[in-house]
Amino acid sequence: MQIQTTIDDHRIAKLAAFAIALHMVEAVIPSPLPGVKPGIANIVTLYVLLQYDFATAAWVSILRVFASSLLLGQFMSPTFALSLSGALLSLGTLWAAQHLPKRYFSAITLSILAAFAHIAGQLIVVRLWLIPHASVSYLIPIFATAALFFGLINGLITAKLLYNKTQLLESDKTEHGST
Amino acid sequence: MLSLLRSPKPTFKHMLIGDWLTIIFSVMLTVYLFQTLWSHEHASKVQIRIGDKVYAAYDLNQQRDIKVHGAIGDAVIHISQGKVRFSKSPCHNQYCVHQGWLTRSGQAAICLPNQISLELIGEQKPYDSLNY
Repeated sequence: MQIQTTIDDHRIAKLAAFAIALHMVEAVIPSPLPGVKPGIANIVTLYVLLQYDFATAAWVSILRVFASSLLLGQFMSPTFALSLSGALLSLGTLWAAQHLPKRYFSAITLSILAAFAHIAGQLIVVRLWLIPHASVSYLIPIFATAALFFGLINGLITAKLLYNKTQLLESDKTEHGST
Repeated sequence: MLSLLRSPKPTFKHMLIGDWLTIIFSVMLTVYLFQTLWSHEHASKVQIRIGDKVYAAYDLNQQRDIKVHGAIGDAVIHISQGKVRFSKSPCHNQYCVHQGWLTRSGQAAICLPNQISLELIGEQKPYDSLNY
């Protein structure tokens, strides 16, 4: 049986592969507290959202969560549930936040909001399922600080990538214009 | 795609007014979370939970080891003059043991594999019938 694939499918697969690779790199970085991670794979989600559209970003993000958990042997484990809930809530936030006026809000805002939504999604699962009592609240400020810090850094990187991309396109245009 | 990485150094010049507002708001939110959720009150009791059930609560003004049977084995919880820690745990990653001493009210140590958690309770938090 041959599955028909479109150019969009290939693009999603390629971008998801980037995200999975970043996720793998991150998996070997030791973390002071379980759950506090830079989330560099989210750079890909954000870049795809701003370069293509929300549907592509959602595909890339969800594929990344599933494929990475399979590769790390965490599929259907609590870690996977945390990863998925974080990704889903952060996608929901990005879906709402993409309508913010582009004149005033760049990738940096989207990144910070997504990072906060990511930890919120994880904490909801932790609170409701893994540790069903209030003691998790002690960790919330630490997670919030990490979300702010890494959200900002990821946002700056995404903004830079998008800026480089437009520069690249413009330099291509001028080259073509001169010849 | 890789050509995008030719100068990946992040710069602040891409930041717009809305981004600054988002950052200011986030910083305020984080500071607010620290102030409300981190009490600096010293704890008086430790509450031990297994799964979602309260196993026991102990006064912190004593010196003792408590053996608790969790989901995957026996953990040892050490209480010593106002502080408490996991001193032994059967879990493979040992996060709970490495977390070290807990001293302030509201602090918690959680061992997910073994489903045991410690929570410190201060004077101001009347918890349940165990306090009376």
